[in-house]
Amino acid sequence: MKLNSPLQVYKFLPQINCAECGDATCMAFAAHLIDRSKKLEDCPPILKDEYKKKYLELQTLLAPEIREIIIGKGERARKIGGDDVLYRHQLTFFDPTAFAYDVWDTMPENELVERVNKISNFRKFYVGKFLTVDMVAVRCVSGDAAKFAGAVKKVSEITKLPLILCSLDPAVLKSGLEVVKDKNPLIYAATEKNWGEVSELALNYKVPVVLFSQDLDKLKSLALTFREMGIKDLVLDPGTYPQGKQLKETFEKFIKLRRAGIKEAQKDIAYPIMAVPLNAWAVYKDAVTASYWETVLASVFTVRYGDIMILHSLEPYAMLPEVHLRDTIYTDPRTPVKVAPGVNEVGTPTKDSPVIVTTNFALTYYTVESDLSSNKINCYLAAVDTDGIGVEASVAGGQLTAAKIKDNFQKAGFDFKEKTSHNTIVLPGLAARLQGDVEDATGLRVMIGPPDSGRIPGWMEKNWPPKPK
Amino acid sequence: MTKKIKLSELGSLFGGDIEALEGVKIEGDVEIDLGQLGLNPQMAYALGHETAQMAFHLMNISRILGYPVDQIGGAAAPQPKKLSKLIESKFSVGKIEEWKTPIQEVVLGATSSDGGSRKSTVTLGGEGSLPYYFDSPMPHRNHITMDVFDMPINMAKAVKSNYEDVINSPAEWAKKVVRDFGADMVTIHLISTDPNIKDTSPADAAKTVEEVLQAVDVPIVIGGSGNPEKDPAVLEKAAEVAEGERCLLASASLNLDYARIAEAAKKYNHVVLSWTQLEINAQKELNRKLMKQCGVARENILMDPTTAALGYGLDYAYTNMERIRLAGLTGDTELNFPMSSGTTNAWGAREAWMVSSPLKEDSDWGPREYRGPIWEIITGLTLSLAGNDLFMMMHPGAVHVLKEITQTLYGLKETEPVNIDNWVSAVI
Ligand code: SF4
Repeated sequence: MKLNSPLQVYKFLPQINCAECGDATCMAFAAHLIDRSKKLEDCPPILKDEYKKKYLELQTLLAPEIREIIIGKGERARKIGGDDVLYRHQLTFFDPTAFAYDVWDTMPENELVERVNKISNFRKFYVGKFLTVDMVAVRCVSGDAAKFAGAVKKVSEITKLPLILCSLDPAVLKSGLEVVKDKNPLIYAATEKNWGEVSELALNYKVPVVLFSQDLDKLKSLALTFREMGIKDLVLDPGTYPQGKQLKETFEKFIKLRRAGIKEAQKDIAYPIMAVPLNAWAVYKDAVTASYWETVLASVFTVRYGDIMILHSLEPYAMLPEVHLRDTIYTDPRTPVKVAPGVNEVGTPTKDSPVIVTTNFALTYYTVESDLSSNKINCYLAAVDTDGIGVEASVAGGQLTAAKIKDNFQKAGFDFKEKTSHNTIVLPGLAARLQGDVEDATGLRVMIGPPDSGRIPGWMEKNWPPKPK
Repeated sequence: MTKKIKLSELGSLFGGDIEALEGVKIEGDVEIDLGQLGLNPQMAYALGHETAQMAFHLMNISRILGYPVDQIGGAAAPQPKKLSKLIESKFSVGKIEEWKTPIQEVVLGATSSDGGSRKSTVTLGGEGSLPYYFDSPMPHRNHITMDVFDMPINMAKAVKSNYEDVINSPAEWAKKVVRDFGADMVTIHLISTDPNIKDTSPADAAKTVEEVLQAVDVPIVIGGSGNPEKDPAVLEKAAEVAEGERCLLASASLNLDYARIAEAAKKYNHVVLSWTQLEINAQKELNRKLMKQCGVARENILMDPTTAALGYGLDYAYTNMERIRLAGLTGDTELNFPMSSGTTNAWGAREAWMVSSPLKEDSDWGPREYRGPIWEIITGLTLSLAGNDLFMMMHPGAVHVLKEITQTLYGLKETEPVNIDNWVSAVI
């Protein structure tokens, strides 16, 4: 965005401190616009006619450096781009890399359906939410426009995910677009050869379009030309080479494009970038090796500036690290690392329920909590203040000690005599070495749980309720 | 005759290129009276010569309505015309000028000419930019040191199967990782010295270090048990028997007697690993103490800012390393040291070793023997992009792939060019 201080933003705001936005003053709201934690539309007064001019000016000035474009329609529509910084600690990255997995028009129908369902239904629970994948890329392998249209139709019938229509033949793209013209698919791709016809499709069907050229001069030419024709929803594919010096150059192109867009504010190329890790399959035929290398490529370009990518492997060992790394890079670094220390109820604990200890590191805490609640284990879960450090590291580093654990229950007013029938506390397996200390400090019976909270259900079956001494 | 034009038609009149109107929701059509132009606007437009004048009027009207027309581009705004030729253009982008202070170069290992007995040495650091960036080529590639333990330990199944034949002999284990798995270095972890494990004496532990030094001729890392009371004595004794070998002593940290470890490194010519827990300021503090208070030379310091596994805090580990590297490059001489990662920590992630998901809601996790190595690879790869130089690793397959990608990005891998022009129609 073009503004970098709340004061600059403040000048455009109504300056009446009416607090409708939830902030006490316009200045406070201005700070939220700068860190992008609120939207301009959260200020009702500025939407009134009298402020229209300022609203529109401010809207332009607040727009992210990298153009934000929308692919698809409805609840699964996906925004990509939208970034303002080169490093996540400077603010946060917006609009996580969209993962599209491919299908192709020569697949037998039953395989096509199965594959699309696998893509649509993929999910991995993580810190209170499900990680999922975003799109289906339909590739024309047959070269036959009718066949392609048939595949697009089938796919659009069974999934709500946005589609990417992939063919370098404008006639093929057109036949696909006819089928899903009201679904705002992304079309791939306009090249030096076909750009005339593809630009017409983008204009007529009002859909976003990928520009594909390994030559950055040509890529910029294409972007300028499309822009001049009034097509603004562009994605840049500088080509993803799968190995050797070519891959090194690909990496450099991604850095160059994003640096030009954000650091040098070169509007002409400030568009989302596409990576195609699928090209790993051009050099590796064995499925495990190819899946591994594809995941490696996906990871490189998740970290360094890929906004959307096309992938092939649906192996869990490829998809799991892919979605986790994306979450790693796009998680807002401004959100706290810690949860509030204390003793929390999971489910509806009774006097016979276990009292389980973990740390207040958000990731640890949420992992343990979801393992417990997902397995319907009623219990008390203590989040001990370890300065937001996990169990193993805080035992080693001295942030998780018997005194801290005792203190945590005292501060929370948790009396074992009154709340439990067993006077027992369960420590994490990775804190086993604290057992003696905790017994001495608290006078409680101390049990050692499993080293991973995913194993608590099995541990409970064997060890709970505790056998009388 | 009064002609009216709807606001929503303004776009077509101007050529569909009113950027400033983007995102404006036109609620109900405002009608603009064009009567004073005395012309059918479509006609005027077609005639061309009136365009400028009409646009001028329309802009005035729009301005009165409060639309920011200044950016419309005036009357010269083109219609969505079909271009017949690509607009010629050159792409260029500058280098980062702020990266002025290169990362310190640190040599691990010493050959006979330098008072050691290693066949080769490993040089880390020296970067003048973020890793693999074109601003300044990286002078040294990433290196991998593989873990060896002084007693059998619990390992994920996929890891263990590679070491069953050597698990009782650190020397054989060290030979195996160098000979069979391509390790650049070996880390000997003296975990049995922990008073809660076997309480092996520093003198006995030092014998293991000597065995490993004799078994392999690559540089080595000497790791303690992680017990803050015991480690200084263990590392001191190990440093003594390894005198002159420029081993990496792992680790000095703020919660133990780092001065004693620093002293041993100085006395017996080794390098200190400065280990902190995901905290850039603590890293600065410890580095400063090692240099100022303990007198450790810059070329004898390596940092371990802590590695958390993918899905278990890698976001903190990644950003912490990236911030440290950027601070180092832009002038913070308390942070411009090479970095080391305990990438093996990736195996702590349940996704790496558990048979299947403990949550019924998850999609199938698939076979775990493939999940573990890739968890280690991606954890390491992510940190390599943040600037990490040395990787402490465990699984041979993971080592192989991480080497392949880091050396490709570094520029060592020559391969046949691939044509990707028609990837779209590839049969996979
Ligand atoms: S709603 Fe708007 S005008 Fe009211 S205080 Fe917030 S920013 Fe100011």
